[in-house]
Amino acid sequence: MIAIIDYGAGNTKSLQFALDRLGVKSVLTSDLNIILNADKVIFPGQGAAKSAMEKLKQQRLDKLILNLKQPVLGICLGMQLLCEFTEEGNIEGLGIIEGTVKRFTNEVKVPQMGWNSIHRLNGPLFDGIEAGAYMYLVHSYFVPELKETMAISNYNGVYSVALQKDNFYGVQFHPEKSSTKGQLLLNNFLKL
Amino acid sequence: MLTKRIIPCLDIKDGRTVKGINFIGLRDAGDPVELAAKYAMEEADELVFLDISATEQKRKTLADLVLRVAAAIDIPFTVGGGISSIADVEILLKNGADKVSINSAAVKNPDLINKLSDKFGSQCIVVAIDAKQKEGRWKVHLVGGKVPTELDLFDWAKEAQLRGAGEILFTSMDHDGTKEGYANEALARLSENINLPIIASGGAGKITHFINTFIEGKADAALAASVFHFGEISIPELKNKLKEERVIVRIDK
Repeated sequence: MIAIIDYGAGNTKSLQFALDRLGVKSVLTSDLNIILNADKVIFPGQGAAKSAMEKLKQQRLDKLILNLKQPVLGICLGMQLLCEFTEEGNIEGLGIIEGTVKRFTNEVKVPQMGWNSIHRLNGPLFDGIEAGAYMYLVHSYFVPELKETMAISNYNGVYSVALQKDNFYGVQFHPEKSSTKGQLLLNNFLKL
Repeated sequence: MLTKRIIPCLDIKDGRTVKGINFIGLRDAGDPVELAAKYAMEEADELVFLDISATEQKRKTLADLVLRVAAAIDIPFTVGGGISSIADVEILLKNGADKVSINSAAVKNPDLINKLSDKFGSQCIVVAIDAKQKEGRWKVHLVGGKVPTELDLFDWAKEAQLRGAGEILFTSMDHDGTKEGYANEALARLSENINLPIIASGGAGKITHFINTFIEGKADAALAASVFHFGEISIPELKNKLKEERVIVRIDK
């Protein structure tokens, strides 16, 4: 069973449909026990960082996530919140990964919206995916290159589009919206 | 590199796809879910569904359609047409839409943009603007282009950005349905003034029109309907031609 953490993040329906298409059963839940006992956990995210962290805290999901031992996949804001701090609202994230989430400068259009190529791919999530593959991204804030970086892209400079530390994985792009390559990545996560 | 996007637009009435010629005279162009899946396969980068009957009929048909589309396709899509409240947006996003576009309701009540972007995030709020030229000025029009206003296109786009819009979808009513190319001068000026992605809409007839809107019009994305629905331009062919002209596009084979 795959648990998708329900804390009011946007467009979890598309994620559920993507898992359905892969033939996998998923549940959207904020129930601590169900999440704790799931085979895999997906931590989605869309919207503002500050209200997202507040909701996680209210539902005591912040502490729970830190204690998860199964593979966890943070998507978009879900990946950013794995980090220590974000300039979006100047708040602390979950602190699993050391690093600060920054805002794109106004030298480029913000948000970055659309398909960008990903490179320097490392780790099991990218099995069968070649460097230069396109993924769909929508974001105004980014994670710089860190020692946990598993893939990068370029938008007014290089930044992280995938992170991994222990059982915690994160992707900045939306695999559920990234056509066949995104589906491949989700399937790789399910096989972990 | 971030690619330029190709966006087929499906105008929806009573759950079916239609395309108006200058917004009048509708022709049936198929089942929206089937058409959406076909475009996703052909590497359309995104889809837009505009419910042109939305102000006159119940919203449930649209919400059901959104759910069926989300189940069938794995690329992002935007839904618009008659959206005027937080509740309207909530049901569409909940059913799997990635973004919503608001148009007349935002002009009548600009605070709606702030409210929606605060609640759902800027990334899913597209402000659609229909405009045409009158005595050399671009004037915003409402209700599918039927009602003129005194609002200036560039002022309104700027205000939409400041209020939290995540993207601007600009339809030139002077160009829409003509198949003679996009409003590239106005589009380029929008891109210079506004720090948001701009979707060009209205006027696509030939492949060169797409090339021009990306190069001269500085558009981030180009939207078109009938040229795709009636098979006049195929998306793979379009993308290959764009690539030859060094426009960066997603070709993922």
